[in-house]
Amino acid sequence: MSKRNSKSQGNAERLEQLRTRVMIEREGVESISSSEFPYHSSNRHQDIDYIKEFIKKFSVKIIRKEQYDMEFDLIGVDAAIANALRRIMIAEVPTMAIEKVYIYNNTSIVQDEVLAHRLGLIPIKADPDRFYFKQANESPTDMNTIVFKIEHECTFSPKAREDETDPQKLYIGHNLLSESLTWIPKGDQEEQYASCPIRPVHHDILIAQMRPGQKIKIEAHCEKGIGKDHAKWSPVATASYRLMPEIILKKEITGDLADKFAACFTKGVVEVEDSYVEGQFIKCAKVVNPRIDMVSREVLRHKEFEDIVQLTRIRDHFIFNVESTGIMDSEKIFLDSVHILQAKCKRLLAALDHKLREQERDREQMDIY
Amino acid sequence: MDTSGDNDSNSGEDQTSLFNENISDDLLEFATVKDPTSLTFSISGEDHTLGNALRYVITLKIRLSIRSRSPEVEYCGYSIPHPSEDKLNIRIQTTENTTAIEAMRKGLEDLKTICDHIKETFIRSNRLFDIQQ
Repeated sequence: MSKRNSKSQGNAERLEQLRTRVMIEREGVESISSSEFPYHSSNRHQDIDYIKEFIKKFSVKIIRKEQYDMEFDLIGVDAAIANALRRIMIAEVPTMAIEKVYIYNNTSIVQDEVLAHRLGLIPIKADPDRFYFKQANESPTDMNTIVFKIEHECTFSPKAREDETDPQKLYIGHNLLSESLTWIPKGDQEEQYASCPIRPVHHDILIAQMRPGQKIKIEAHCEKGIGKDHAKWSPVATASYRLMPEIILKKEITGDLADKFAACFTKGVVEVEDSYVEGQFIKCAKVVNPRIDMVSREVLRHKEFEDIVQLTRIRDHFIFNVESTGIMDSEKIFLDSVHILQAKCKRLLAALDHKLREQERDREQMDIY
Repeated sequence: MDTSGDNDSNSGEDQTSLFNENISDDLLEFATVKDPTSLTFSISGEDHTLGNALRYVITLKIRLSIRSRSPEVEYCGYSIPHPSEDKLNIRIQTTENTTAIEAMRKGLEDLKTICDHIKETFIRSNRLFDIQQ
């Protein structure tokens, strides 16, 4: 009787582990899919309001924050939601980028279309919230377009020695850099952006290399857009998540084995400590920081650890890394992504109501005839 | 128009600044059928981002709901019929307790609630982090 009890206890534990953990085995990754769908064996079929349950469980931890680089944890959320937010950060949070380039003169060896493409990829420091999307039928205004201009010419340096070979000394202006983009304020842009003049994020991006006599004269128009249309509008350098690694020790690992065990993981994950057991000090392995583990699975290659260690990842613990291109703060990019997902829902709800009303109207018309 | 800083009003409610298109008639389409419990919704301009999130939220309802103590949704799945067509299909089949349109509406509202909570929790944690620094 007691044996059966302990067995069902073990089964329940195993089911709970399969539900909440992704198992990392020697030959591959197991228990990958979420079991958050009905009639799944590991489901408890509780009579709970899942939204209330989510609100109770969900938490955010900020781990590291700089203006343009941020690491934070979303805990208690399904991959479907976390992935939606990640995808939105990359492809649907709008920024401003150069979209149209009017080339008045270009005698450099960089072809017009290549030049235009290179200009497009330069991040432009401008708050996208203060601009509108320019519709196809609209003409440029100060509310949807930012104008930049480049007038550049390369010449010989008069100070250079006769036999000089270093281009740095021989020429003036042979490197066309992003700092040459001069902002031409239109309308009331000058007053509006007096506190934060619009400029390229980086001043030292190489656009073209030139030689004496070559000229570039262009006008560039920035428009608002999203990463889905072109990567130049993506506000993030990287936006990614990984699941929190977990290292479960079923038995204590002591002595020289402890050193070997610690060496199987990224430095700092497992530490070997001296612990006092049965009247003497022995070395003992302790998992101290599983977060930084790269989950190399090295430990599973060794016979001696086979039944002692279990590697898993926590299924609903997402470690986000959001690195901005420098246009927006990382935290703002994430918040915008949540806003956008929410706005999508609102838009669809409105469309649903609209459609229902339309169908109702059609039905009434049918009744009349 | 001076809305610099991290106040929510500038980006949250002002949809014109976050979205390119306005609500058009063909954003959402579904047929009028005799059986209201099964429907395929066709959404244009959306992809896996919304498709999978919405599928997940609606699928959760297959579990027993508190009040009726019986399942509401029998099936929910999504597909993108062709990669070069900017279109997303969501299929919902429900029990007699509700209709597919209701399930869809509830799903969208739930996803909205989830977003709200993520936003609030993030802002709170962020403020806490700033104070502790």
